[in-house]
Amino acid sequence: MSQTPLLNDRDIEFLLYEFLNSEALLERPRYQEHSREVFDATLATAKTIAEKYFANHNAKGDANEPTFDGENVHLIPETQEAWDAFAEAGFLAAHYDFEEGGMQMPEIILRAAMSYISSANISSTGYPFLTLGSANLIHSFGDEAQKAKYLPPMMDGRFSGTMALTEPGQGSALADIKTTAKPQDDGTYRIFGQKMFISAGDHNLTENIVHMVLAKIEGAPAGTKGISLFICPKFLLNEDGSVGERNDVALAGLLHKMGYRNTTSTVLSFGEKDGAVGYLVGEAHKGLAYMFQMMNEARIGVGLGAAVLGYQGYNYSLDYARNRPQGRLPSQKDPTSKQVNIVEHADVRRMLLAQKAYVEGSMALCFYASQLFEDSNTATTEEERKQAFTLLDLITPMVKSFPSKYGLRANEHAIQILGGSGYIREYPVEQYYRDNRLNPIHEGAEGIHGLDLLGRKVPMNGLAGYQALKDEILASTEEAKTIEETSAWAKSIEAALASLDQTTMSLLGTLGKGEVDLGMANATVYLDMFGRVLVSWIWLKQAIIAVKALATDLHQDEENFYRGKLQAAQYYIQWELPEIDYQAKLLQSQDDTCLAMQDAWF
Amino acid sequence: MKILVAVKRVVDYNVKVRPKSDGTDVDIANAKMSINPFCEIAVEEAVRLKEKGVATEVVAVSLGTKQSQEQIRTAMALGADRGILVETDTELQPLGVAKCLNAIIAKESPDLVIMGKQSIDGDNNQTGQMLGALSNMPQGTFASEVAVEDGTVNVTREIDGGLQTVKLNLPAIVTTDLRLNEPRYASLPNIMKAKKKPLDTTTPDELGVDVAPRVQTLKVEPPAERSAGIKVADVAELVEKLKNEAKVI
Repeated sequence: MSQTPLLNDRDIEFLLYEFLNSEALLERPRYQEHSREVFDATLATAKTIAEKYFANHNAKGDANEPTFDGENVHLIPETQEAWDAFAEAGFLAAHYDFEEGGMQMPEIILRAAMSYISSANISSTGYPFLTLGSANLIHSFGDEAQKAKYLPPMMDGRFSGTMALTEPGQGSALADIKTTAKPQDDGTYRIFGQKMFISAGDHNLTENIVHMVLAKIEGAPAGTKGISLFICPKFLLNEDGSVGERNDVALAGLLHKMGYRNTTSTVLSFGEKDGAVGYLVGEAHKGLAYMFQMMNEARIGVGLGAAVLGYQGYNYSLDYARNRPQGRLPSQKDPTSKQVNIVEHADVRRMLLAQKAYVEGSMALCFYASQLFEDSNTATTEEERKQAFTLLDLITPMVKSFPSKYGLRANEHAIQILGGSGYIREYPVEQYYRDNRLNPIHEGAEGIHGLDLLGRKVPMNGLAGYQALKDEILASTEEAKTIEETSAWAKSIEAALASLDQTTMSLLGTLGKGEVDLGMANATVYLDMFGRVLVSWIWLKQAIIAVKALATDLHQDEENFYRGKLQAAQYYIQWELPEIDYQAKLLQSQDDTCLAMQDAWF
Repeated sequence: MKILVAVKRVVDYNVKVRPKSDGTDVDIANAKMSINPFCEIAVEEAVRLKEKGVATEVVAVSLGTKQSQEQIRTAMALGADRGILVETDTELQPLGVAKCLNAIIAKESPDLVIMGKQSIDGDNNQTGQMLGALSNMPQGTFASEVAVEDGTVNVTREIDGGLQTVKLNLPAIVTTDLRLNEPRYASLPNIMKAKKKPLDTTTPDELGVDVAPRVQTLKVEPPAERSAGIKVADVAELVEKLKNEAKVI
């Protein structure tokens, strides 16, 4: 079989211009220089780079993981070509304003562009992904001198970046990190400590690596309010901005991962000698708050990465099912009759449909979140911007967790469809699964998002985000009830929303009574339940568009496309949504099975 | 030195085209359209000659509906300096295209014309040769290497059984083969710059060219499906079949 097609161009077009109205962005002052043609050309360039420079070594990078000889890290050479192509095309700078040297490109278009590149090779995409994130931190919170020093080389690809948060002892609970920063007379700091699982923490792709490090200044208050953010480059910069001496940051070793292998995962030692020189970003003790302000963005990115890995498995297993003859339908008794391709078997179709519902639903969810992110920055009125931010803040736990959980489930189905072939490395689907297994872990593990949703995002501001989302969902169901094909689904979703409401009030009631451990005990189930309701709505929105399109005179391919959307919506709403019934029952009963289990009983 | 590059809007090479059910034509409604891959190679070669300082200006020309502007913009994003669209809704065939290009040559007086050896929709492989005849310019077709020096161009051609190098006096016409170069991708800044580059529109009428089709399509049908193979009992049967059924020996 030839190379797996990356995503589905028609679906991307549908998401950008039918599900969302990305062309309307052109009316906003920031995007007046742009046009649909520019958006399309940007996506075409992203796709070309993805196919030529990223897809070419996805399997090779997996089979030849990075090595460390004590001095240098070695990556397969294709990684450098991929980095160079990404940087030369301008993607590291595209989202910044023209006057900052950027292309003033909308978030949603760049997310779509990034989906092509991640789908081709998620691990080589790690380097630009982290560089974009760390540059954004400096852009948002650094002072003018820091911006002038670090942003230009990070925008043109001479420097890369990392996010150095996690430590050997601390991951999910950052409040207790041990890395310290000693103030110096010249206003700089010396950093001491170890960081672990730092992706892209060392390599030779760029002249320099800019680590964004969380550390506690000596004497800082305990807990999250004592954490500061520092720029700590691998090489110090001379006054003129050129790369100078090595900073006291050493690679202690590489970690050997299940997937995402071509992104180095590192243990970094800061201050083995006199301390690594660090520069405080923004104000002292606000580091974690700064990081959290970037989280919505980063979490959409992780969700999208999980979605596109699911998408790759779906594309591959679909192609396989269409070309693999095996067995006959139950009604075909004649052993001399021709075998059917396995796509003819209902059970294989079930697994394909589940993948389609998960991955297209996840993509649509992430694109919707990107649109909210865009609106929260560039919508015309203050009220629209606020509304978008409120909604985005609420749904972010699901935007990260749903694709991470169900993109992975999709990959499991892809493996199952290929059978024995799915389990061997000669076929690509097992790699998609291994790569995707990271996504429920990093950028906030699944359980953390459950706690964040129930403990913070839902009750926040008098349930403002929660109410806003309910209004959005009910507006869609009102419309869908007037359409014959979607009215039954609309009613199912309204019932599901009512059930979610009861569950939410019941859990908030328990929390309100001060029974915090009990109320939060099953938050991960609540997260999943919320995700199912949310994605059912995302599918209903797609279904409404499909029904309208099908009422017009369509080309056969177009008709098939929209029929596929409707069938996937039906699958999700009829097969997957009803599982919330048992979840609601469990949650509303304040079940304490897990909480009450005793350590000694295991 | 001025280079004229011809670019054609065609169905994207990834699209699997099918005949329409009534057999009147190929069904390309809603299909993704792109710049013809051979034309992309032509643009790349022209831009490289400009980057080397050999050429001073690259002009991209396309013919067809208004949407062909997109392919001219693509060429400009890859490095062409300006564009000309010969706009028409008429179905274009190689002779009409060659005549229009000839009229453009008369106006623009390029020193070199670079174009694809064929387009992946019509697969005619005629336009470059016809243009050579109409313009009285020498032609180097199927180029895998192009070197310009002192008023001449050396063109290495891919021919049956090897390579042939011809030396042409400028102005000349070069048609590109696949191995000539690897086209670049358009960087985001260049995509934005292309928006601001000049794009003029003219029509076949204004050029004084009649582009009415000379060839009529009678019927379009898919190739016959391959039938299942058979096993032969022995060499004698194989030889018999090759002789009498396949008629190849």
